[in-house]
Amino acid sequence: MAEAHSPLEQFFIHRIVPIDVGGVDVSFTNSALCMVIVVAAVTLLMTQGIRARALVPGRVQSAVEMAYEFVANMVHDNVGHGGKPYFPFIFSLFMFILFANLLGMVPFSFTSTSHIVVTFAMAAVVFVGVTVIGFARHGLGYLKLFVPSGVPVAMLPLLVVIELISYLIRPISLSVRLFANMTAGHTMLKVFAGFVISLGVLGGWAPLAFVVALTGLEILIAFLQAYVFAVLTCIYLNDAVHMHH
Amino acid sequence: MDAQAASLIGAGLATIALAGVGVGIGNIFGNLISGGLRNPSAVPKIMGNVFLGFALTEAIALFALLIALLLLFKF
Repeated sequence: MAEAHSPLEQFFIHRIVPIDVGGVDVSFTNSALCMVIVVAAVTLLMTQGIRARALVPGRVQSAVEMAYEFVANMVHDNVGHGGKPYFPFIFSLFMFILFANLLGMVPFSFTSTSHIVVTFAMAAVVFVGVTVIGFARHGLGYLKLFVPSGVPVAMLPLLVVIELISYLIRPISLSVRLFANMTAGHTMLKVFAGFVISLGVLGGWAPLAFVVALTGLEILIAFLQAYVFAVLTCIYLNDAVHMHH
Repeated sequence: MDAQAASLIGAGLATIALAGVGVGIGNIFGNLISGGLRNPSAVPKIMGNVFLGFALTEAIALFALLIALLLLFKF
Protein backbone atom coordinates (compact mmCIF):
# COMPACT_ATOMS: atom_id res chain seq x y z
CA MET A 1 0.00 0.00 0.00
CA ALA A 2 3.01 2.25 -0.46
CA GLU A 3 1.48 3.97 -3.45
CA ALA A 4 -1.81 4.69 -1.69
CA HIS A 5 -1.83 8.42 -1.07
CA SER A 6 -5.47 9.06 -0.27
CA PRO A 7 -6.51 8.00 3.23
CA LEU A 8 -9.83 6.99 1.69
CA GLU A 9 -8.26 4.51 -0.72
CA GLN A 10 -8.76 1.68 1.77
CA PHE A 11 -12.54 1.97 1.30
CA PHE A 12 -12.51 1.42 -2.48
CA ILE A 13 -14.48 -1.59 -3.62
CA HIS A 14 -12.84 -3.86 -6.18
CA ARG A 15 -14.51 -6.58 -8.19
CA ILE A 16 -12.96 -9.97 -7.51
CA VAL A 17 -15.34 -12.11 -9.57
CA PRO A 18 -17.29 -9.91 -12.02
CA ILE A 19 -20.88 -11.16 -12.31
CA ASP A 20 -23.51 -9.46 -14.40
CA VAL A 21 -27.15 -10.49 -14.16
CA GLY A 22 -29.34 -8.78 -16.75
CA GLY A 23 -27.44 -5.49 -16.63
CA VAL A 24 -27.30 -5.45 -12.84
CA ASP A 25 -23.80 -5.58 -11.41
CA VAL A 26 -23.79 -8.27 -8.70
CA SER A 27 -20.05 -8.87 -8.75
CA PHE A 28 -18.33 -10.64 -5.90
CA THR A 29 -16.33 -7.78 -4.39
CA ASN A 30 -13.76 -7.46 -1.63
CA SER A 31 -16.59 -6.22 0.61
CA ALA A 32 -18.60 -9.37 -0.10
CA LEU A 33 -15.50 -11.49 0.48
CA CYS A 34 -15.03 -9.87 3.88
CA MET A 35 -18.63 -10.51 4.86
CA VAL A 36 -18.30 -14.15 3.81
CA ILE A 37 -15.16 -14.44 5.93
CA VAL A 38 -17.01 -12.86 8.86
CA VAL A 39 -19.93 -15.26 8.62
CA ALA A 40 -17.57 -18.22 8.23
CA ALA A 41 -15.48 -17.09 11.22
CA VAL A 42 -18.51 -16.63 13.48
CA THR A 43 -19.97 -19.97 12.44
CA LEU A 44 -16.65 -21.72 12.94
CA LEU A 45 -16.13 -20.16 16.38
CA MET A 46 -19.64 -21.05 17.52
CA THR A 47 -19.67 -24.62 16.24
CA GLN A 48 -16.15 -25.35 17.46
CA GLY A 49 -16.89 -23.72 20.79
CA ILE A 50 -19.91 -25.84 21.65
CA ARG A 51 -18.62 -29.06 20.12
CA ALA A 52 -17.01 -30.30 23.36
CA ARG A 53 -19.96 -29.35 25.60
CA ALA A 54 -17.65 -29.65 28.58
CA LEU A 55 -18.97 -28.96 32.06
CA VAL A 56 -15.77 -27.04 32.74
CA PRO A 57 -15.39 -25.05 29.52
CA GLY A 58 -12.11 -24.70 27.69
CA ARG A 59 -10.89 -21.40 26.28
CA VAL A 60 -12.95 -21.37 23.08
CA GLN A 61 -16.09 -22.66 24.77
CA SER A 62 -15.60 -20.05 27.48
CA ALA A 63 -15.40 -17.27 24.91
CA VAL A 64 -18.53 -18.54 23.17
CA GLU A 65 -20.41 -18.79 26.46
CA MET A 66 -19.31 -15.29 27.46
CA ALA A 67 -20.53 -13.88 24.16
CA TYR A 68 -23.83 -15.70 24.57
CA GLU A 69 -24.32 -14.52 28.14
CA PHE A 70 -23.32 -10.98 27.27
CA VAL A 71 -26.00 -10.68 24.58
CA ALA A 72 -28.54 -12.68 26.58
CA ASN A 73 -28.14 -10.29 29.52
CA MET A 74 -28.38 -7.33 27.18
CA VAL A 75 -31.64 -8.61 25.71
CA HIS A 76 -33.02 -9.47 29.14
CA ASP A 77 -32.09 -6.10 30.69
CA ASN A 78 -33.47 -4.04 27.83
CA VAL A 79 -36.45 -5.98 26.53
CA GLY A 80 -37.37 -8.15 29.51
CA HIS A 81 -39.52 -11.21 29.18
CA GLY A 82 -40.91 -10.56 25.72
CA GLY A 83 -37.41 -10.43 24.27
CA LYS A 84 -36.53 -14.11 24.24
CA PRO A 85 -37.80 -14.84 20.69
CA TYR A 86 -35.66 -12.05 19.26
CA PHE A 87 -32.44 -13.14 20.94
CA PRO A 88 -31.08 -15.13 17.95
CA PHE A 89 -31.52 -12.13 15.67
CA ILE A 90 -29.79 -9.72 18.07
CA PHE A 91 -27.03 -12.23 18.72
CA SER A 92 -26.30 -12.70 15.01
CA LEU A 93 -26.46 -8.97 14.45
CA PHE A 94 -24.01 -8.33 17.29
CA MET A 95 -21.57 -11.05 16.27
CA PHE A 96 -21.67 -10.03 12.61
CA ILE A 97 -20.97 -6.37 13.32
CA LEU A 98 -18.33 -7.22 15.93
CA PHE A 99 -16.45 -9.57 13.64
CA ALA A 100 -16.79 -7.26 10.64
CA ASN A 101 -15.36 -4.39 12.71
CA LEU A 102 -12.55 -6.51 14.11
CA LEU A 103 -11.72 -7.97 10.71
CA GLY A 104 -11.34 -4.40 9.49
CA MET A 105 -8.60 -3.90 12.08
CA VAL A 106 -6.46 -6.57 10.39
CA PRO A 107 -3.92 -4.72 8.20
CA PHE A 108 -4.64 -4.76 4.45
CA SER A 109 -8.12 -6.14 5.03
CA PHE A 110 -11.38 -4.39 4.27
CA THR A 111 -14.00 -3.06 6.66
CA SER A 112 -17.37 -3.96 5.22
CA THR A 113 -19.17 -1.97 7.94
CA SER A 114 -17.46 1.20 6.70
CA HIS A 115 -19.94 1.32 3.83
CA ILE A 116 -23.32 2.84 4.48
CA VAL A 117 -25.01 0.42 2.10
CA VAL A 118 -24.11 -2.45 4.46
CA THR A 119 -25.00 -0.68 7.70
CA PHE A 120 -28.16 0.84 6.26
CA ALA A 121 -29.32 -2.56 5.09
CA MET A 122 -28.99 -3.86 8.65
CA ALA A 123 -30.61 -0.77 10.16
CA ALA A 124 -33.46 -0.96 7.65
CA VAL A 125 -34.10 -4.59 8.55
CA VAL A 126 -34.18 -3.63 12.23
CA PHE A 127 -36.50 -0.70 11.57
CA VAL A 128 -38.95 -2.59 9.37
CA GLY A 129 -38.86 -5.60 11.69
CA VAL A 130 -39.52 -3.52 14.80
CA THR A 131 -42.36 -1.65 13.12
CA VAL A 132 -43.96 -4.91 11.92
CA ILE A 133 -43.62 -6.44 15.40
CA GLY A 134 -45.17 -3.34 16.94
CA PHE A 135 -48.20 -3.39 14.66
CA ALA A 136 -48.55 -7.17 14.94
CA ARG A 137 -48.57 -7.01 18.75
CA HIS A 138 -50.64 -3.90 19.36
CA GLY A 139 -52.52 -3.37 16.11
CA LEU A 140 -53.31 0.27 15.46
CA GLY A 141 -52.65 0.88 19.16
CA TYR A 142 -48.98 0.96 18.24
CA LEU A 143 -49.62 4.48 16.93
CA LYS A 144 -49.99 5.55 20.58
CA LEU A 145 -46.19 5.37 20.66
CA PHE A 146 -46.22 8.74 18.95
CA VAL A 147 -48.55 10.32 21.54
CA PRO A 148 -46.66 11.00 24.79
CA SER A 149 -48.88 10.62 27.83
CA GLY A 150 -49.51 13.42 30.33
CA VAL A 151 -49.06 16.21 27.82
CA PRO A 152 -51.45 19.16 27.37
CA VAL A 153 -53.65 18.67 24.29
CA ALA A 154 -52.50 21.97 22.84
CA MET A 155 -48.94 20.67 22.66
CA LEU A 156 -49.88 17.38 20.98
CA PRO A 157 -49.74 18.42 17.30
CA LEU A 158 -46.17 19.58 17.74
CA LEU A 159 -45.04 16.63 19.87
CA VAL A 160 -46.60 13.99 17.63
CA VAL A 161 -44.69 15.40 14.67
CA ILE A 162 -41.45 15.41 16.68
CA GLU A 163 -42.01 11.84 17.88
CA LEU A 164 -42.81 10.74 14.35
CA ILE A 165 -39.64 12.31 12.97
CA SER A 166 -37.51 10.84 15.73
CA TYR A 167 -39.01 7.44 14.97
CA LEU A 168 -38.44 7.71 11.24
CA ILE A 169 -34.87 8.99 11.67
CA ARG A 170 -33.88 5.85 13.61
CA PRO A 171 -32.61 3.76 10.70
CA ILE A 172 -30.55 6.69 9.45
CA SER A 173 -28.95 7.49 12.80
CA LEU A 174 -28.38 3.79 13.51
CA SER A 175 -26.61 3.18 10.21
CA VAL A 176 -24.71 6.47 10.01
CA ARG A 177 -23.38 6.00 13.56
CA LEU A 178 -21.74 2.67 12.73
CA PHE A 179 -20.56 3.63 9.28
CA ALA A 180 -19.19 7.03 10.34
CA ASN A 181 -17.35 5.55 13.32
CA MET A 182 -15.67 2.95 11.18
CA THR A 183 -14.86 5.32 8.33
CA ALA A 184 -13.58 8.05 10.63
CA GLY A 185 -11.44 5.70 12.70
CA HIS A 186 -9.78 4.03 9.75
CA THR A 187 -9.26 7.35 7.97
CA MET A 188 -7.64 8.77 11.10
CA LEU A 189 -5.32 5.77 11.36
CA LYS A 190 -4.29 6.24 7.73
CA VAL A 191 -3.73 9.97 8.16
CA PHE A 192 -1.44 9.41 11.15
CA ALA A 193 0.32 6.58 9.32
CA GLY A 194 0.95 9.12 6.56
CA PHE A 195 2.59 11.42 9.14
CA VAL A 196 4.93 8.59 10.11
CA ILE A 197 6.12 8.32 6.50
CA SER A 198 6.41 12.05 5.92
CA LEU A 199 8.33 12.74 9.17
CA GLY A 200 10.82 10.02 8.34
CA VAL A 201 13.09 8.01 10.64
CA LEU A 202 13.90 10.88 13.00
CA GLY A 203 10.50 12.42 13.72
CA GLY A 204 8.22 9.54 12.83
CA TRP A 205 8.27 7.91 16.24
CA ALA A 206 5.78 10.28 17.83
CA PRO A 207 2.97 9.65 15.32
CA LEU A 208 3.89 5.95 15.30
CA ALA A 209 3.27 5.77 19.04
CA PHE A 210 0.02 7.62 18.45
CA VAL A 211 -1.00 5.11 15.77
CA VAL A 212 -0.39 2.25 18.20
CA ALA A 213 -2.57 3.96 20.83
CA LEU A 214 -5.23 4.70 18.20
CA THR A 215 -5.26 1.07 17.11
CA GLY A 216 -6.09 0.11 20.67
CA LEU A 217 -8.84 2.73 20.74
CA GLU A 218 -10.18 1.47 17.41
CA ILE A 219 -10.45 -2.08 18.74
CA LEU A 220 -12.42 -0.68 21.68
CA ILE A 221 -14.62 1.29 19.25
CA ALA A 222 -15.11 -1.83 17.11
CA PHE A 223 -16.56 -3.60 20.14
CA LEU A 224 -18.43 -0.54 21.40
CA GLN A 225 -20.19 0.11 18.11
CA ALA A 226 -21.35 -3.49 17.84
CA TYR A 227 -22.63 -3.17 21.42
CA VAL A 228 -24.37 0.14 20.72
CA PHE A 229 -26.02 -1.20 17.57
CA ALA A 230 -27.30 -4.24 19.46
CA VAL A 231 -28.43 -2.23 22.50
CA LEU A 232 -30.30 0.29 20.38
CA THR A 233 -31.97 -2.57 18.52
CA CYS A 234 -33.01 -3.94 21.93
CA ILE A 235 -34.35 -0.54 22.99
CA TYR A 236 -36.37 -0.19 19.78
CA LEU A 237 -37.65 -3.73 20.25
CA ASN A 238 -38.65 -2.85 23.80
CA ASP A 239 -40.72 0.04 22.44
CA ALA A 240 -42.44 -2.31 20.02
CA VAL A 241 -43.02 -5.14 22.50
CA HIS A 242 -44.01 -3.23 25.62
CA MET A 243 -44.87 0.35 24.59
CA HIS A 244 -43.72 2.25 27.65
CA HIS A 245 -44.96 5.63 26.54
CA MET B 1 -16.48 33.18 -3.83
CA ASP B 2 -14.91 30.21 -5.50
CA ALA B 3 -16.94 27.03 -4.88
CA GLN B 4 -13.94 25.09 -3.67
CA ALA B 5 -12.92 27.81 -1.22
CA ALA B 6 -16.48 27.84 0.09
CA SER B 7 -16.45 24.08 0.61
CA LEU B 8 -13.14 24.31 2.47
CA ILE B 9 -14.53 27.01 4.75
CA GLY B 10 -17.68 24.97 5.25
CA ALA B 11 -15.68 21.89 6.20
CA GLY B 12 -13.78 23.97 8.73
CA LEU B 13 -17.01 25.36 10.13
CA ALA B 14 -18.39 21.83 10.47
CA THR B 15 -15.71 21.06 13.05
CA ILE B 16 -17.28 23.64 15.42
CA ALA B 17 -19.64 20.81 16.37
CA LEU B 18 -16.71 19.27 18.24
CA ALA B 19 -17.11 21.94 20.95
CA GLY B 20 -20.49 20.57 21.92
CA VAL B 21 -19.30 16.99 21.72
CA GLY B 22 -16.34 17.79 23.95
CA VAL B 23 -18.67 19.26 26.54
CA GLY B 24 -20.91 16.21 26.25
CA ILE B 25 -18.21 13.58 26.66
CA GLY B 26 -16.61 15.58 29.46
CA ASN B 27 -19.98 15.70 31.18
CA ILE B 28 -20.46 11.95 30.90
CA PHE B 29 -17.10 10.97 32.36
CA GLY B 30 -16.94 13.86 34.80
CA ASN B 31 -20.27 12.85 36.27
CA LEU B 32 -19.18 9.21 36.24
CA ILE B 33 -16.13 10.10 38.32
CA SER B 34 -17.96 12.37 40.76
CA GLY B 35 -20.78 9.87 41.13
CA GLY B 36 -18.37 6.96 41.34
CA LEU B 37 -16.39 8.57 44.13
CA ARG B 38 -19.55 8.95 46.16
CA ASN B 39 -20.72 5.40 45.58
CA PRO B 40 -17.96 3.23 44.10
CA SER B 41 -20.00 0.05 44.39
CA ALA B 42 -22.52 1.35 41.83
CA VAL B 43 -19.91 1.99 39.14
CA PRO B 44 -19.85 -1.47 37.48
CA LYS B 45 -23.62 -1.38 37.11
CA ILE B 46 -23.63 1.84 35.12
CA MET B 47 -20.56 1.25 32.93
CA GLY B 48 -22.78 -0.07 30.13
CA ASN B 49 -24.87 3.07 30.18
CA VAL B 50 -21.74 5.22 30.33
CA PHE B 51 -20.29 3.65 27.21
CA LEU B 52 -23.65 3.80 25.48
CA GLY B 53 -23.84 7.51 26.25
CA PHE B 54 -20.24 7.97 25.19
CA ALA B 55 -20.83 6.23 21.88
CA LEU B 56 -24.04 8.18 21.22
CA THR B 57 -22.26 11.47 21.95
CA GLU B 58 -19.23 10.53 19.92
CA ALA B 59 -21.50 9.72 16.99
CA ILE B 60 -22.56 13.39 16.92
CA ALA B 61 -18.93 14.32 16.28
CA LEU B 62 -18.85 11.81 13.47
CA PHE B 63 -21.99 13.30 11.90
CA ALA B 64 -20.07 16.58 11.78
CA LEU B 65 -17.08 14.77 10.31
CA LEU B 66 -19.39 13.27 7.71
CA ILE B 67 -20.60 16.73 6.72
CA ALA B 68 -17.01 17.93 6.52
CA LEU B 69 -16.01 15.00 4.31
CA LEU B 70 -19.03 15.52 2.08
CA LEU B 71 -18.15 19.18 1.69
CA LEU B 72 -14.50 18.38 0.95
CA PHE B 73 -14.94 15.56 -1.52
CA LYS B 74 -18.36 16.07 -3.10
CA PHE B 75 -18.39 19.80 -3.94
